[in-house]
Amino acid sequence: MSNDFNAIEITPELIAEHGITEEEREVLMNIMGRMPTYTELGIFSVMWSEHCSYKSSRFWLKTLPTEGPQVICGPGENAGVVDIGDGQAAIFKMESHNHPSYIEPYQGAATGVGGIMRDVFTMGARPIANLNALRFGSPDHPKTRHLVSGVVAGIGGYGNCMGVPTVGGETTFHPSYNGNILVNAMTIGLANADKIFYSKASGIGNPVVYVGSKTGRDGIHGATMASAEFDDNSDEKRPTVQVGDPFAEKLLLEACLELMAGDSIISIQDMGAAGLTSSSVEMADKGEVGIELWLDKVPMREEGMTPYELMLSESQERMLMVLKPGREEEARKIFEKWELDFAVIGTVTDTRHLVLKWDGEVVGDIPVPPLVDASPMYERPWEPTPKAVEIDAASVAAPSSLTGALKQMIGSPNMASKRWIWEQYDHLVMGETIQSPGGDAAVVRIPGKTKGIATSSDCNPVYVKADPIEGGKQAVAECWRNITATGAKPLAITNNMNFGNPERPNIMGQFVGAIKGMSEACIALDFPVVSGNVSLYNETKGEGILPTPVIGGIGVIADVAKSMNMALKNADEELVLIGETKGHMGSTLYLREIEGREEGTPPVVDLAVERRNGDFIRDLIDAGLVSACHDLSDGGLACAVTDMAMAGKLGATLSLTDSGLGNHVALFAEDQGRYLLSTANADKILEKAAASGVPATIVGKTGGDALTLGDGDAISLAELVDAHEGWLPNYMAQEA
Amino acid sequence: MKSAVILFPGTNRENDAIAALEQASGSKPQLVWHGETELPKVDLIMIPGGFSYGDYLRSGAMAGKSPVMRAVADQAKAGVSIIGVCNGFQILTETHLLPGALMRNAHLKFICKRAALKIENAETRFTSKYDAGQVVKYPVAHHDGNYFADSETLDRLEGEGRVALRYCDDDGVVAPETNLNGSQRNIAGILNEKGNVLGMMPHPENAIDPLHGGIDGRGLFSSMVEALS
Repeated sequence: MSNDFNAIEITPELIAEHGITEEEREVLMNIMGRMPTYTELGIFSVMWSEHCSYKSSRFWLKTLPTEGPQVICGPGENAGVVDIGDGQAAIFKMESHNHPSYIEPYQGAATGVGGIMRDVFTMGARPIANLNALRFGSPDHPKTRHLVSGVVAGIGGYGNCMGVPTVGGETTFHPSYNGNILVNAMTIGLANADKIFYSKASGIGNPVVYVGSKTGRDGIHGATMASAEFDDNSDEKRPTVQVGDPFAEKLLLEACLELMAGDSIISIQDMGAAGLTSSSVEMADKGEVGIELWLDKVPMREEGMTPYELMLSESQERMLMVLKPGREEEARKIFEKWELDFAVIGTVTDTRHLVLKWDGEVVGDIPVPPLVDASPMYERPWEPTPKAVEIDAASVAAPSSLTGALKQMIGSPNMASKRWIWEQYDHLVMGETIQSPGGDAAVVRIPGKTKGIATSSDCNPVYVKADPIEGGKQAVAECWRNITATGAKPLAITNNMNFGNPERPNIMGQFVGAIKGMSEACIALDFPVVSGNVSLYNETKGEGILPTPVIGGIGVIADVAKSMNMALKNADEELVLIGETKGHMGSTLYLREIEGREEGTPPVVDLAVERRNGDFIRDLIDAGLVSACHDLSDGGLACAVTDMAMAGKLGATLSLTDSGLGNHVALFAEDQGRYLLSTANADKILEKAAASGVPATIVGKTGGDALTLGDGDAISLAELVDAHEGWLPNYMAQEA
Repeated sequence: MKSAVILFPGTNRENDAIAALEQASGSKPQLVWHGETELPKVDLIMIPGGFSYGDYLRSGAMAGKSPVMRAVADQAKAGVSIIGVCNGFQILTETHLLPGALMRNAHLKFICKRAALKIENAETRFTSKYDAGQVVKYPVAHHDGNYFADSETLDRLEGEGRVALRYCDDDGVVAPETNLNGSQRNIAGILNEKGNVLGMMPHPENAIDPLHGGIDGRGLFSSMVEALS
């Protein structure tokens, strides 16, 4: 009876329908030496999908710097592992769930959060912070409101139930995401550095154990869907979106950590994309062993499921483990206590084959090494992105009112407060959130310690589009700067590469450029990549998204009580600008919002200067010389001081001296490597800066309830807050 | 003060509760799993926040039927002090240890923010360290915190001094604009008839460290320690 499962005739058309090219079909036939069965075809299809094989990106990903004394485990495992001292490790990764979130925003986003948390706790870490980087289409697009609402509710619904605080992230809008939003979720977990769990299977004859929720038919071919462009029929793919059950995941988390406290686990791997297939193949491949699975033993949610469906299902909240022999009952007890399924579904073998059986009969048999090693890797043709026009600052007209322009900018969709979003996330559960969302970087304390982790996610896709190399560099530098602005020492990053169709040389060129820029910045800033994810084919009807390589970084601060934020705290303090303002106006927020021009070269990051200025800032914070600190990014000096004033509910005056740039350029230019400080110790800071060769200038004073730009151009804080806080809630309250 | 913390599958603020109880009393609370039918002898039972059993039915409805809650109800009748925070409050209404119900927030969204609260009754074992009318700030983090009871019950609660806390503004003004979830009469926390059971949506356990941005929550725990030691 079992072979009925494979009664379906395998034709070239069916193979093509599985996303396998003619060339790949040849390789497949050579590996198998025969026509694959239907089940085997499904396995090749998902393993060789872009999502699982990284076939377009692998060649370039290998060039990223991934090492450093702080790195315990770089890319290749479920998540990256970094040493944070005291025998502890931070385990973290960011992952996209773009395609499912566009099709079904609540479940797509929720399962994205669930998936990334599993990647972290499968390595033995308790998740202690979540972040998310979201990109939506134009606010005017008819679907945007619905997508924002669903994605935010989905992220909150899952993370809140798990009891993991969502402490940071970013949300922006751009028409290029109209048909293809980005939902990138990041989780940071905490583990003991000597108790990290990996996926490598070992021990011939050891039991292979399935735990968690039952397997259903949801998400079949999710990985393949995530590897194709969208078209008009994408909505029909809704059944391939998985459904999340955060309660089951919470139980799975607690049960796994309880079992991990003992020593019965040899290896463990979560079932994410391509479910049972990728987890079992990964474990066998890493351990250079074979795995035999008894599919009829898999806990099933519905009757009549086939081996094909079981191997390809992306049902959530499941894990695969190899246990030490004879430890099954001890493990079973823990999972039964947590009311989760537990089943021995196979064994480790020495064949290096993945053998699938149903009631003892073989229904699939694939040699693992070629399935993994011969998976396609393309060095896709690429062309460098043409150089953008240089914008001469002198050609950018001054606005009729500086404060008017400022108000318009800080109330624009991308700059407006995202409080409406992060108040829907429990950002306080666990009681260790020291710097909440809305600042440069969030800070969470390590339980029982004074130290903490600072974390931020960053990318300016407009910069990346204009110049992928500089934009890639800038994304890394910006993240490093945000972490630095809290006083923390940046440690490592995860990257989430969201791009269009890699088969088009200009898109591939964006990818290659971003990788090159990121590499340069990671090396210069000692900020290696320890994990990451690639999401390609983010296109609808041939229109690609802005290239969006999101960087999620973490840093460590020895004493969270010393961590800094941007809120102005004391009147009559000096505002000191660190770094040099040359007047870069290309690709700036000012150009987009005030002049309606999205063009020009992005600002260049001088990495040596970046590092020098950042190290200087960290020393000042550590020495207790500043009372507020904020990095300068979109909207330059004027938007930075506004953020600080609004956060502290305290006004400020910027004295505009003739810098030869024009006031609007001095205020809104986006030169890199700059910070704004509030301090009662300006003299000391200027002295130290001079000694270190760091540009530092007093640019204003704190006090009052208005923001004053130069002589008398003032705007009340209340008016700025209304513009800044008002946009998103007002937008969401409108009828679609 | 000896205390116990009840754990359900899906409870997620237990460590926050344990930290607050330990800070105030100097000793760690005992942890009690939902399947237990007997409780240790303690002065205070705390039911912390979370999503018991996923809250897939009504929030707190499944937990309200759990074995351990029958034991908690017995203890409540015997006069032991019981505090339920957030999901704990929802569970206490589901077991009818407290009147009324907690519905979905009026704006239908989860809300997490620091909230200003007016101490309405400072003569209880939970609030004696505060002054009546004092404004305190605790965070809220809930989806279903919209307190509802019929007007007869509400009148009775008010008449008997059983409204413990209300949502207000920084100056203590209780108004529709300061009602963050649609609760009847801005109610954030209530007491039972005997005054030994308190249910509240806000989280005093997340306001016990200067680095939380405030320590207003400590007063609640130190009140209990003073009354129950």
